[in-house]
Amino acid sequence: MGKLYDRLMKDYRLREGLNACINCGTCTAICPAAEFYRYDPRRIVDIVQHQDDAQIEELLKSDTIWYCGECLSCTTRCPRKNAAGLIIMALRSLSIQTGLFMESEKGRQMYLLCKDLNSNILNYGYCVYPRSFKYKEHLEAGVVWEWWEKNLEDVYERLGANLEKEGPGALRGIPQKDLDEIKRIYDITGATEMLENVKKAGLKKAEELGMTEEEYCQKLYTECSPKHFNH
Amino acid sequence: MIYEGKKKIWAEYQKEIPEDHYFYVRSCIRQSFFPASEATFLDITRNKLGKDIFETEHHTTCGGIAYHSDAIPQETAMTIIARQFALMKKYGYENYVCSCITSFGLYCETLETWREFPELQQKIAENLWKTCHLEFAKPKFLVHASDLIFKYRMQIAAKSKYKLVNKNTGEPLRVVEHIGCHYSKMFPSKGVGGAEYPYVLVGMIEAWGGQIVDYPERRHCCGFGFRQYFIKSNRGYSLANTHKKFESMEPFKPDMIITNCPGCPYFLDRWQYVIAETEGKTYGQDGHGIPVFTYEEVAGLVMGYDPWDLGLQTHQVSVEPLLDKIGIPYDPAKKYLGKNGKNLGQPEKPHCLK
Repeated sequence: MGKLYDRLMKDYRLREGLNACINCGTCTAICPAAEFYRYDPRRIVDIVQHQDDAQIEELLKSDTIWYCGECLSCTTRCPRKNAAGLIIMALRSLSIQTGLFMESEKGRQMYLLCKDLNSNILNYGYCVYPRSFKYKEHLEAGVVWEWWEKNLEDVYERLGANLEKEGPGALRGIPQKDLDEIKRIYDITGATEMLENVKKAGLKKAEELGMTEEEYCQKLYTECSPKHFNH
Repeated sequence: MIYEGKKKIWAEYQKEIPEDHYFYVRSCIRQSFFPASEATFLDITRNKLGKDIFETEHHTTCGGIAYHSDAIPQETAMTIIARQFALMKKYGYENYVCSCITSFGLYCETLETWREFPELQQKIAENLWKTCHLEFAKPKFLVHASDLIFKYRMQIAAKSKYKLVNKNTGEPLRVVEHIGCHYSKMFPSKGVGGAEYPYVLVGMIEAWGGQIVDYPERRHCCGFGFRQYFIKSNRGYSLANTHKKFESMEPFKPDMIITNCPGCPYFLDRWQYVIAETEGKTYGQDGHGIPVFTYEEVAGLVMGYDPWDLGLQTHQVSVEPLLDKIGIPYDPAKKYLGKNGKNLGQPEKPHCLK
C-alpha cells in the first residue's frame, strides 16, 4: 500500500489544508457534524499531523472520516489557517483509492453516491436532475414536489425553464458533443477508473451478502447503526 | 448587534465587482428547484437594467456537488472547471458570474490551488486541450450572482414598487439572512463583507427597507452536507442542523429569510415542513412557517413581479402571510396553474403546516 502519509501528502488538499495544528479544538467546537455524530476533527488532524501510518490506516477503514458535511466552517475559525475539511477530503480519496472505504458502513455508501451523481453528470450534464430526484425517495421534498413531479414538464414550462430542449436556459438538453467532452475528461483524470473500482467493490460485496444490486442499494440507502450518533 | 463594529469589519472586505459584461453559468440545484429565480435574475439584469449577461447552452455542471460528495477526483472537477472558463474566453468574456455557491467556492479553491501549484495548472491546461481542444483561461473577475444583485441593489430599489415594510405598522420587516457556507467561509476575502458578517445580503435588505435579525446560530450551516443529504440514512444530519438554526432564530420572530445559496432555501423550507409534520412545531405565526426566499425572488417581489411568476407556489412554506404583510397582490386561483392557465391540479395540503 506504500506509506500512507506520503500518499496523503501528494494530495494538494492536504498540502493546502495542513499547516501546523495547535490542537486547540476550535474546528470541533464549530463543526456541525461533531454535534451530531461521534466525530472530532481535531483528533483526525492530530493523527495525520503525527504521520502515524497505523492510525491513518484505522481512519481510512473507519466511519469517522465520512461524518463531515464538507461545509468548511472549520476553515474560517482555525487560528493557524488549517482546513480540517480539506484534510478529510484527502483521507476520503485515499480510502477509496486503497479500497479501505469498503470496511465501514458510511464508506460503502460511495457505491450509491458514485452511481447516482455521476449518471446525472454523464447522461444529462447536471449533478442534480429532476428526472432522477424521486418523491418516493425524498418525502421531505414535500407534497409540493409530489405535485411538481406529476406535472414536471408543465411546471418547468410555467417557471421559464427549458427542460430537455435545445438552446440555453434552465435544465436545457445539453448537446451530446459537450457530454462527450465531459466523458473524455472523466477518462483521463481518473474518474472513470475510480467509478469502475467503486462499482466492482460494491458488486462483490453484494454477491458476498447474496443480494441483488437493487437489494444492496436499498441496504446502503437505509442502513444506519446507532453507534454513529452523539445522542 | 453592534452595528458600528460590523461596519468596520465590512469595510475590510470589499471586492471589486465589474458593472457589466458577464459570462453566466447556472446552478444544478437552482435550476431544479428554483428555475424562476434564474429567469428573474436574467430578466432583471438584462431587461430591467440593460446589462450584458451571456449564456451558452454548452456549459455543464461544474461537478461541485459530486466533488463534495467525494464521487469524482479533484483533477476531474478542476478540468471541468477549466472547460467552463475556456468557454467564457471562447465567447469573448473575462468576467464570470455563477448562480451556485458550491460552484463559487470551488472556483475560488481551484484558482487558489492553481496559483499555489503552477505545475497543477499546467497539467489541467493539458487535460483541457487533450479532451476538449479548448484554450486554457482564467476569469479576470469571478463573482457570484448575489454579488451582482448586491452591486445593483440601489438601482433595484430605485425601480421598486414595494418595500420590505409591514404595511399595517409601517415597521421594517425582520429579515434573517442566510449565507451559503462556500460563499466565503474558505476565502473570506472573496465574499462581500467577509465570512463572519457577510454584507452581501444585508446590503440588499437595507436597500429594500428591511431590518436585519441577528441570532446566535446565524452562521451555522443549513445542513446540506452533500452525502449527508443524498443518502437517506444520513439525512438526520441535515434536518438536525436546520432545526438548530430555527430554534435559535425563533425568539427573534423573523418575518422572512433570504438566502444566496441554491441549496439552503430548499433545506430551510422543506425541513420546516418535516418538523411541522412530524413534531407539530411551526416557527411562524398561527401555524405557518417562516417563508424562505432566494435573493432573486426578493428582488422580484420588491420590483413588483407576480409572485407566481417568481415560482413562490413551489415553496412548501406558504408565502401568502408575508405577501399580505407587504401588501403585494396575488391571485389565489392562479397559484398552481400552468402556462396559459392550464389546469395542473393542486398539491395535497400538509397536515400541520398551514
